[in-house]
Amino acid sequence: MSRKKIREPLLIELSVPGRRAVRLPEPDVPEAELPKHLLREDLPLPEVSEVDVVRHFTRLSQYNYGVDIGFYPLGSCTMKYNPKVNEDMARLPGFAYIHPLQPEETVQGALALMYHLQKYLGEIVGMPGVSLQPAAGAHGEFTGILIMRAYHRERGEHQRNKVLVPDSAHGTNPASSAMSGMRVVEIPSDERGNIDLEALKKECDETLAGLMITNPNTLGLFEEHIEEVVQVVHEAGGLVYGDGANLNAFLGITRFGDMGFDIVHLNLHKTFSTPHGGGGPGSGPVAVAEHLIDFLPGPIVDIVEAGDPPTYGFVWPKKSIGRVKAFHGHFGVMVRALTYILMLGQEGLRQVAEAAVLNANYLRVMLQDTYHIPYNRLCKHEFVAEGRWPDAPGVRAVDISKRLMDFGFHPPTNYFPLIVKEALMIEPTETESKATLDAFIAAMKQIAREARENPELLKTAPHETPFGRVDEVKAARDLILTWFDWEKEG
Amino acid sequence: MFIPHTPEEREAMLKAIGVESIEDLFADIPEKFRHPPKIDLPPSMTEMEVVEELNALAEANDNVRDHLLCFLGAGAYHHYIPAVVDHVLRRGEFYTAYTPYQPEISQGTLHAVFEYQSMMCALTGMEVANASHYDGATAAAEAVNMAYHVFRGKRPRSVVSPFLHPQYLATIRTAYEHSEREVVIPEVPLDAPPEALAEFIDEATSLVLVAYPDFLGRLYDLQAISDAAHEKGALFGVVVNPLALALFKPPGEYGADIVVGEGQPLGIPLSFGGPYLGVVTTRKKYVHKLAGRLIGETVDSRGQRAYVMTLSAREQHIRRARATSSICTNNALMALAATVYMALMGKEGLRQVALLNYHKAHYAAQRLSQIEGFELAFPQVPFFNEFVLKTPSPVKDINDFLLDHDILGGYDLSQDFPQLDRHMLIAVTEMISRDDIEFLAQVLEEWVA
Repeated sequence: MSRKKIREPLLIELSVPGRRAVRLPEPDVPEAELPKHLLREDLPLPEVSEVDVVRHFTRLSQYNYGVDIGFYPLGSCTMKYNPKVNEDMARLPGFAYIHPLQPEETVQGALALMYHLQKYLGEIVGMPGVSLQPAAGAHGEFTGILIMRAYHRERGEHQRNKVLVPDSAHGTNPASSAMSGMRVVEIPSDERGNIDLEALKKECDETLAGLMITNPNTLGLFEEHIEEVVQVVHEAGGLVYGDGANLNAFLGITRFGDMGFDIVHLNLHKTFSTPHGGGGPGSGPVAVAEHLIDFLPGPIVDIVEAGDPPTYGFVWPKKSIGRVKAFHGHFGVMVRALTYILMLGQEGLRQVAEAAVLNANYLRVMLQDTYHIPYNRLCKHEFVAEGRWPDAPGVRAVDISKRLMDFGFHPPTNYFPLIVKEALMIEPTETESKATLDAFIAAMKQIAREARENPELLKTAPHETPFGRVDEVKAARDLILTWFDWEKEG
Repeated sequence: MFIPHTPEEREAMLKAIGVESIEDLFADIPEKFRHPPKIDLPPSMTEMEVVEELNALAEANDNVRDHLLCFLGAGAYHHYIPAVVDHVLRRGEFYTAYTPYQPEISQGTLHAVFEYQSMMCALTGMEVANASHYDGATAAAEAVNMAYHVFRGKRPRSVVSPFLHPQYLATIRTAYEHSEREVVIPEVPLDAPPEALAEFIDEATSLVLVAYPDFLGRLYDLQAISDAAHEKGALFGVVVNPLALALFKPPGEYGADIVVGEGQPLGIPLSFGGPYLGVVTTRKKYVHKLAGRLIGETVDSRGQRAYVMTLSAREQHIRRARATSSICTNNALMALAATVYMALMGKEGLRQVALLNYHKAHYAAQRLSQIEGFELAFPQVPFFNEFVLKTPSPVKDINDFLLDHDILGGYDLSQDFPQLDRHMLIAVTEMISRDDIEFLAQVLEEWVA
């Protein structure tokens, strides 16, 4: 390790035998005998002081980029501002210090919160049944596919085991389908970026369980034939699953339920401003149409006794697929989402979609002469540009992304969707000002010039960040996954 | 709200785009689907009003800090969380970032997760930990899935102890019912040790999964069942409460191949059941079948030590339908909480917390079992901070009485085990004082009287 320069030590390197951070009270009860044969000998954890811990993690935080620092146009992730009040609300003692198995009469406030969030999310997507249990988007997808399977099985149609997924889909769609034992068939996109209707029709047979479709899709485009797509799938006896990752563009404008979708999952950590936490936790509620309510995972919250206020309780849908995680879902995330929805109201939610779409189209138009946009039409919340030019051979999307960091921006999503070469997927969200967007546009244009004039500047970027380009190949080759792997490395 | 545009800026942007109005930006959505009928949402509120509304909802709950004395555990525990933990979590640089796709500007998260992986391996005695899973239940389900993939589907069966948390069992059932994975949850006598599962293991078994401590709080030596699993060529998996591992022999020492669990006891608030922390660890030889993010050490172009997500070819965004798991967003911030908590507690502190739990729970067990009509259900079996108390009347009735005295009683086991009618699972953590135990005992004595 000594060969490498170390910017911040690991906790184990800060460790000094006998050093302590937290002091704990002495036991106020007689000590019980310990089962000697079951005891562990050593616990190899670091020994550091409280100041060590605070400074260590504060310094580490400074090596991170977040929405609180600047523009984070990570496509399909909806990195909007996370209101601070959300954090305060989730930490109220009445929310943070309640046990998931407390008697229902002692948690009526929490149940009321969940009940209203179910209702509001259902209203927003135009679907009457909602479960808040799934922990994240992919977990919601998995839940949705289980609902799909349960629905077909109940109708005796056990042969329906095929799920169609457009080639522009997020990788979680096919993976979630396959996890539940479904056969995944990919459907190509047409030249306008829509799902290819003819290809779709060919796959609509008696083995069809359903179609998983993202709308707006991962190119940021509204599926222009959505009505026909839904109709074709339904006529073949299949269900339509909507990946609501991109719901931000639809808020108060249009609804999955009105378009005929059967199941949809939402991402509270995208659309509803709950923070992404450096990778999570998210929350992936699933909403369903009338005919699928009975299959929802349980328990869900309902009014069990009318009154003012009514009494809320957990109930099990009649043909529930069962439970998909312990307890009731990511409650702390729900508190934040409800806070956000209440602040916005119907009008505010519509304004979110309007501004998100306005920002995305503004960026698209301002960059379209500099970056090739293969499906260049009116976009919704995001668009996808190519990060390559014929006259700048050797420059790749990743180089543009790394160079963007020097301008103080988080890069767009790279190399997704797979149907665009050297993809740069850009989602500004509604919380960014014109000034921020203009600065980003200027940076993107400068980078495009640099790509021709001084490509090395891009290939060796970033230059201004505390860390330079990180060697991913070495990480995969050496596989040092804990500090215990050091000794083995020698 | 949270939209910075002035009307002038909006006009300028519309003009640049070349459209007349915002409405034109949605022209691609068929008219019939646009502008849904009035959505039934309350009108917009200011922050001040929302705070009042949410405060009212929060205050409608009885919480375990201000109102109730908590003897309820069953998979979620009321522990002390040092102030530093939340101060670190509240740093916007951590909580407003996403998955560290861009390592050059994500070293904070990456470095911390590497420390999480290291400390979680220290605790479990394993070699590799993923960057987190959703919770204990989904982590347990992932263990079943992972073992299935280790044997490439050739060993479809998992033998799962009936003494896992009932909600974990339910989650596993939901996930794999009607799939190629067969989940066997054998019926064994209540007092049977884990090795009683041995007779259900065969050549089609990919995984034997037990809990440590089990749902009934019991700690058994796992060597015999570990050996039995390995004799048949199956993997041995353990679902843990990681705090117990500060004191007790880690599953790694019993030869476990997969160790999963619920990380909530490590600095994560109860929060009505989530978000918590799914712990997933394994042996290095199975790392290619491990689900989720994984952080590895490397260097940057300037020769500095750095961290990066690695082996992502396992994951859904590369492998798509052939990925072992679809997990993408995980519970990274909760892993950060556990990392800070473990750092603060350290080698000695964590052991001390575990000891406080152990001693208090044992004192409570002894005290409560002296009350007429109450006795320990498994007096011979070691336990950590949770034990089963046989009660003289239905648990629900007792708990109603306790609640009248602001005590949150133990978990009513009759919900899941018909044989354990009139049995209560009681959790005692470091938050409970001797006086609290005495108070509980007195209220129970009053009940008996």
